[in-house]
Amino acid sequence: MRPAGIYLTCMIGVLWREMLRFLHQRERFIAALVRPLIWLLIFAAGFRSILGVSIQPPYATYVTYETYVMPGLIAMIQLFNGMQSSLAMVYDREMGSMRILLTAPLPRWYLLASKLTAGTVVSVIQVYAFLIVAELVLVDLPPLGYLAVLPVLLLTGLMLGALGMLLSSTIRQLENFAGIMNFVIFPMFFLSSALYPLWRMQESSDLIYRICIANPFTYAVESLRFALYLEAAPVSLGVVAGSLIVFFGMAVWGYDPRKGLVHRRGQG
Amino acid sequence: MDEAQGIKIVDVRYAFGPKPALVDVTVALRTGHFTALLGPNGAGKTTLVSLLSALFVPQGGRISIFGVDLARDPLSALSVMGIVFQQQTLDLDLSVRQNMAYFAALHGLAGRQAGQRIDACLARLGLAARQAEKVRTLNGGHRRRLEIARALLHEPRFLLLDEPTVGLDIPARADLVAHVHALCRDDGLTVLWATHLVDEVAPEDDLVVLHQGAVRAQGAVADVLAACGARDVLGAFQNLTAPAPAEAVS
Repeated sequence: MRPAGIYLTCMIGVLWREMLRFLHQRERFIAALVRPLIWLLIFAAGFRSILGVSIQPPYATYVTYETYVMPGLIAMIQLFNGMQSSLAMVYDREMGSMRILLTAPLPRWYLLASKLTAGTVVSVIQVYAFLIVAELVLVDLPPLGYLAVLPVLLLTGLMLGALGMLLSSTIRQLENFAGIMNFVIFPMFFLSSALYPLWRMQESSDLIYRICIANPFTYAVESLRFALYLEAAPVSLGVVAGSLIVFFGMAVWGYDPRKGLVHRRGQG
Repeated sequence: MDEAQGIKIVDVRYAFGPKPALVDVTVALRTGHFTALLGPNGAGKTTLVSLLSALFVPQGGRISIFGVDLARDPLSALSVMGIVFQQQTLDLDLSVRQNMAYFAALHGLAGRQAGQRIDACLARLGLAARQAEKVRTLNGGHRRRLEIARALLHEPRFLLLDEPTVGLDIPARADLVAHVHALCRDDGLTVLWATHLVDEVAPEDDLVVLHQGAVRAQGAVADVLAACGARDVLGAFQNLTAPAPAEAVS
């Protein structure tokens, strides 16, 4: 058993490296900010006139479409960040630098958890930068909501990061990553409550509605939506936490040299 | 952990699917000695390094590092190992010092202790003046030096290097080989140096010749030369890795 200080130092080190890398990649930060802003300023503005959002919890009154899509866009930032971290892990594995992390004298699950935590902190910074700009532009959220959403952001960021980590353990080559965009990011985002309320989905197609309620991303969006209005969504939080456990457990399995996919493919 | 027990690899097997990479490999490394693991490309050197660094798990046999069973207690074994992989593993966008600090944190070193060790290791490898430079700006030789400095940061007792001179020019290669020999001599480090280049083997080294996943010879260089009737390491290497007659025809 190693002293707790070693574990803490390691996690701080991984977090510090992730922050340095993030600061060095200004384009990544700008892209993370611009992507949801385009959705907010262009897509949502266009849809405002044709899409009405009825009064539904947690909203106490009618809300603009921009206000409705905010939680979905926040979750989108975290989803893209999770996938970007996944891409970085595949790259690190191909380039060899992942080996430095995996040969540190600490349990592999802990090393992966450190990596996951670091990626989540970066995603939370991106979200707050977006919230500041969105507040300046047009969206009005309860002031305390910015604080109340923080623990939920950490949970949803961990869940989406764990999904990215799981995917990184299954992707053999960097070139295959493009498939992730088509088969993971877009379906997860569009088949959720991010852009439309679930009742609208049900009205148009029962099958799509069922896919939406099976999608963990929906529950991440709803957790954030309620937290922004100082309310808890226990079922959504439970699904997000459960998904986090499943995704992270499978990712640890994927990176286990005895059992995982990385081993079977003869890579470090 | 008992350093006097050295490194023992006993009957280790590993295969990628149906293709065997290592077949009942048994190797003993003497504590405080420089051992060259010599073999042509595809001999299984990198697989053996991956097994020693716990990135892979043997499918048969066992490995012990200074008396510690690698399968049972990989963390204790890894804590005394410094590893330089064949592929470069530096973060190009971070500075020399930042790369060192990240590695220090992975080994639980922080604050003044980490700072002092980073200073000492960079000075030893002649990189102190470059510590603020981004790794991207360093040449191949300096990057390799940095990887060795990093591998020494946690004061390991076993240094494992997988073809560390790949891509270096002749002077940089000679310099690196001499430097690691000096580390072994001065600090009593146990070194395993995997290579396919016979001129990296010194007369006083131990030698393991690996070919097609099997150990063809091992021992002190003089003993290996005597056993296979060769005049030099190149001759021994050619004798031990020559294709069988049927293989040569095909």
